[in-house]
Amino acid sequence: MMRVALFVTCLADTLFPQAAIATVRLLERLGHEVVFPEGQTCCGQMHVNTGYPGDALRLVRRHVRVFAPYDVVVAPSGSCVGSVRHQHATVARGAGDERLAGRAEDVAARTYELSEFLVDVLGVTDVGAYYPHRVTYHPTCHSLRMLRVGDRPLRLLRAVRGLDLVELPQAEQCCGFGGTFAVKNADTSTAMLADKMRHVLATRADVCTAGDASCLMHIGGGLSRLRAGVRTVHLAEILASTEAGPADAPAPTTGGTR
Amino acid sequence: MTRSFLGMPATAPPGVGHLRGTEPFPAAARRALSDAQLRRNLGHATATIRGRSAAVIGEVPDWPGLRAAGRAIKTDTMARLPELLEQLEAAVTAAGGTVHWAADAVQANRIVTDLVRATGADRVMKVKSMVTQEIGLNEALEAAGIEPVETDLAELIVQLGDDRPSHILVPAIHRNRSEIREIFLRAMPGVDRALTDEPAALAAAARRHLRQTFLSTRVAVSGANFAVAETGTLAVVESEGNGRMCLTLPETLITVMGIEKVIPTWRDLEVFLQLLPRASTGERMNPYTSMWTGVTPGDGPQAFHLVLLDNGRSAVLADPVGRQALHCIRCSACLNVCPVYERTGGHAYGSVYPGPIGAVLSPQLTGVADNASLPYASSLCGACYDACPVMIDIPSILVHLRGQAPHPRAEATAMAAAAYTMDHPALYAAAQRAVRLGRLAGRRGRGLPPPLSGWTASRDLPEPPRQTFRQWWAER
Amino acid sequence: MSAREVILGRLRAALGGPVPAPAEVARDYRGPGSAVVDLDLFVERLTDYRATVHRCADADVAGTVDAVLGGRRVVVPPGLPRHWLPDSVTAVPDDDLGVDVVAAADGVVTGAAVAVAETGTIVLDAAADQGRRLITLLPDVHVCVLRADQVVATVPDALARVGPYRPLTWISGPSATSDIELSRVEGVHGPRNLHVVLVAAESGTPVDRELEAQG
Ligand code: SF4
Repeated sequence: MMRVALFVTCLADTLFPQAAIATVRLLERLGHEVVFPEGQTCCGQMHVNTGYPGDALRLVRRHVRVFAPYDVVVAPSGSCVGSVRHQHATVARGAGDERLAGRAEDVAARTYELSEFLVDVLGVTDVGAYYPHRVTYHPTCHSLRMLRVGDRPLRLLRAVRGLDLVELPQAEQCCGFGGTFAVKNADTSTAMLADKMRHVLATRADVCTAGDASCLMHIGGGLSRLRAGVRTVHLAEILASTEAGPADAPAPTTGGTR
Repeated sequence: MTRSFLGMPATAPPGVGHLRGTEPFPAAARRALSDAQLRRNLGHATATIRGRSAAVIGEVPDWPGLRAAGRAIKTDTMARLPELLEQLEAAVTAAGGTVHWAADAVQANRIVTDLVRATGADRVMKVKSMVTQEIGLNEALEAAGIEPVETDLAELIVQLGDDRPSHILVPAIHRNRSEIREIFLRAMPGVDRALTDEPAALAAAARRHLRQTFLSTRVAVSGANFAVAETGTLAVVESEGNGRMCLTLPETLITVMGIEKVIPTWRDLEVFLQLLPRASTGERMNPYTSMWTGVTPGDGPQAFHLVLLDNGRSAVLADPVGRQALHCIRCSACLNVCPVYERTGGHAYGSVYPGPIGAVLSPQLTGVADNASLPYASSLCGACYDACPVMIDIPSILVHLRGQAPHPRAEATAMAAAAYTMDHPALYAAAQRAVRLGRLAGRRGRGLPPPLSGWTASRDLPEPPRQTFRQWWAER
Repeated sequence: MSAREVILGRLRAALGGPVPAPAEVARDYRGPGSAVVDLDLFVERLTDYRATVHRCADADVAGTVDAVLGGRRVVVPPGLPRHWLPDSVTAVPDDDLGVDVVAAADGVVTGAAVAVAETGTIVLDAAADQGRRLITLLPDVHVCVLRADQVVATVPDALARVGPYRPLTWISGPSATSDIELSRVEGVHGPRNLHVVLVAAESGTPVDRELEAQG
């Protein structure tokens, strides 16, 4: 049994708690203890990527302080783990804080994206999930190219009973989110999203999944605007789902409007 | 005359050349996005080249080793740049060439213009070169009464179409075959009116059009892909043979080269001559590569001038993070894989250097304030970093430059406030609850206030959940 | 102050600190001598890029040239082995011919310095059997005769065999462009027809190019 500190990410905490709750249920079902360090807020990626490394510094410091005591940190987000691994030490060094940079590298080395943790650390691909839907998987850019999670999520999905996995055409193309990019370059972002949605719809899947709530929010927001009838569901929710405890199927993860 | 001070790395001066656009990227991109023909041409061309490049890279068993060596050679080069340039100068001079130094575009244009004037020629032929576009050499030559003739097919299409280049390798990538045919019919003197839009027919028309120019022009201007410090050898990599014409037939050859193009040793060529063609045109080897060292009696130009250009490169070198943008070998692979470039095309970037490399190089050459929107013209998807044959970490440089960009005051205030809130968990939890309250209080469904409204214009915001995760955890 | 001093001063200021020693570059790739030559691959790669390949014995080179250029005017570099030329061609020896004369010729026959199997590339180094650069540029047909032992496996192998002593021209197929919709089209400014005559290596070859290249 392992003691796992959940790095929930600000987006999942605030807007997509079901992904985080699913992560907790999944890890507990696999026999591990999950703790939630309450001092955590945001990893600071938004600040770094928008050009505010100075403001991000206090968030990096907080993150490092909050997670330093834990042996294993797991987040249901490739993007936020990417920030911890590839940005935190840089931000600290940029501010001349070599000690913080070293501690940040330390925490980063113990921080895992969910599929990495399951496959590499726990050594499981069949997590005993059941999810009777037609699903396509979008490998988000940061999971794919920053973390190189490779086919780990697909191996996990292939082992889910009842799940009909369909390949997403041009899967490796960015969905167009990019955080601040979607705001500052909304038109280009929309053009990229349009192609991503076209490919998702071409699969005739009813669920599009990924390891990042941010990209799912983007894709799901677009699909919802089209009233496309395709839901976006976080990978953790699918893996947490069992015959006994199905995911909240009727309530879409994203894109609900009134 | 620009005033330069010893020891102060300087950015490229404004008012000359083509490193600065006239409008911010989002505005220019918006127009490009609505051009259906452009979108189609770019989508088709970039998909074609991506496929070809992937196929020939797949044939090379040691591609990762070559990339790593390319990066290592370039890193070493930048660390010793002044010494290598002095070594290059000595080797070129010993081989019968003349070396000139240009601190910026103004100086470079003057040097070239004076050299052409000294020959008495009123026309020069040009091999496609990014650096002469960067400094606006054609405009400077025309102002001096000298006619520059572009001999690369794509450059010819751009020149005849009175257009601007939109890609490093294929400046006319935004044009399809039928548009090119129309440009030729309109602007190419004596063209066969029965010209079809078959690429082979279009290429043949260019051959006929330029033949006499090649045979009768006495001065040529080229760029350089590589310059070997150890031997003084220059290399130009090309396809059509127009490069060979310009490098071989005239009496005088003037090569303008950014100072970052130097490489230390002859042997280093074995790395770049493998990386460049496969990453660039997706060929195992491009049809022609010319290498020459100074002047060869009885063969080729008997006068050779090499112009070494700074024009902002020293400022790039001064930034230890941004410096690696100088490693670029201009293959254009990062453009071809970029989802933003593929949809907006090159003109949207304003500068002659478009795409991901342009988004990091142009702001550094001019100073970030003069190209402030470019570091944001990326979703940071990382495809460029994976494709780059010399492993330039473009996403990290983009993020780094965003930190130097001037920020709108309202945004800066909001970001500072957000950081403060997020550094205080109680305030943060209250703000989380406010998200839900705010949405309940009226911004229901679709809306967010500007500038976030840009995001919600085409996407729905998710419904705020009944409970945040931390509320759920506390109650569990 | 000269522009030279300004630039070098700027660069030194940008770098700061003392000049580092040249770095040891890890060359974790196939260097010279590490791959085996595959002549069939060479032929395949040449053909793929629309060059025409002829394989024959040294004694049959003239017959092959006759088939390609018989009855035409052919520029001949000064050191070309004469037995490669059939009587059927009108030889125009290059003794500093004017550009217009070279441009008016139908073809050119040359040797080569080295060739790369993996990329289908021939390298000319302007030795006496290859001549000035312009004679292989202006005529529309280039026949290049190669001994099999001149073919090396990779680009590093080829670079190790040539040097900066004379101008080099690396040729991979006929002149081509990718400028129209990024599709490769053969035939722009350089020769539109490239014929490579690959001669099986045999002892007592008429010209020892290794020696000549050094001279
Ligand atoms: S940055 Fe890299 S991929 Fe882009 S043009 Fe330069 S060398 Fe090629």
